[in-house]
Amino acid sequence: MSKDGSADFFTTKLENVVNWARKNSLYPLPFGTSCCGIELMATLASGYDMARFGAEVVRFSPRQSDLLVVAGIVNLKMAPILRNIYDQMADPKWVISMGACASSGGIFNVYSVTQGIDTVVPVDVYVPGCPPAPEGLLNGLLRLEDMIARGETHAHRRMKSPDGKTPPTPLPAVSSMDAHPRGSEQRKV
Amino acid sequence: MDVRTSIKTNWGNFSDKYGTAWEQLLTALSNDFTSSIEQILKPGTDAVDIPTIIVKKPIIIDFLRSTKDRYGYSFLSDMTAVDEEGDPRFFVVYHLMHLETKARVRIKTRVADGEKMPTAIPLWEGANWAEREIYDMFGIHFEGHPDLRRILMDQRWEGHPLRKDYPLRGYQIFLSPEPIDPELLS
Repeated sequence: MSKDGSADFFTTKLENVVNWARKNSLYPLPFGTSCCGIELMATLASGYDMARFGAEVVRFSPRQSDLLVVAGIVNLKMAPILRNIYDQMADPKWVISMGACASSGGIFNVYSVTQGIDTVVPVDVYVPGCPPAPEGLLNGLLRLEDMIARGETHAHRRMKSPDGKTPPTPLPAVSSMDAHPRGSEQRKV
Repeated sequence: MDVRTSIKTNWGNFSDKYGTAWEQLLTALSNDFTSSIEQILKPGTDAVDIPTIIVKKPIIIDFLRSTKDRYGYSFLSDMTAVDEEGDPRFFVVYHLMHLETKARVRIKTRVADGEKMPTAIPLWEGANWAEREIYDMFGIHFEGHPDLRRILMDQRWEGHPLRKDYPLRGYQIFLSPEPIDPELLS
């Protein structure tokens, strides 16, 4: 329908329409474990207002959300719980790794800390910073929306795979930390 | 200039304010426990911020009880341990505070690897979790503790991470969350 009321139409692919709808209605699940969680709250609040980009409905249940924002440090005791939460979310689902700790372990290269959540769950967008400014997180969100519109996320690759379940590249297991370049390093006694 | 005594704080000079309370405590304690005190370190003369008393292990509970009940240092503000890699290996450290004069004092005792410490729970209920943390991080056992389990690390963890010989990056990966002790649910 055009502005003067006459009938109008345009042609597209159903996939593009669905992706357009998905990218403008993200339901974030805030997995805020430390100071990045405070910046995430600031991003959601009125000053920066993540609602402008269609991601204002924060759900604390993984069943109702499709964007996992891991904001903060994830230690080894928390890693299986993070994986449980990720597995409980319905596909298509996306993951933003917010901050240095979530992305790489940050300064905490010690016995108790996961060296990046990509050893536990597949990550679509990494937002660097310690903690990232709200503008940084918004930029990461917009990058993720672009990726969703183009169908270039892990979730899309999973859906396009032959059987519709297994992704072309297998998900990393939690135990892949052993093969992690920083994970296998040990202090000489 | 001796920086340890001349620096003023917002609350006045630290030693001036608490010096008399500390002197009284140290004199009284050294009279009571002459043979059991290994060393007394004082602020101003030694590199410590508060008086530090190193006592022998067998009388540690009597010593704490005396400091608490007779001299009024009734608040256990912290309890921890240090791995010195010496012989005996560990220091167990008690930080006490006098709630009226606000003076603090540090009491240390040496423990060998594998040796048991007496528990301080009869004196302070709050020592319960602190002792569990020391057991978790250093592997020092506390005799008489009602529930000596790990408090921070996974129950399946092997080793004690704050020991100096534990590898800094000694990761232990568990693929499932920590199983819940059925006794805790009943």
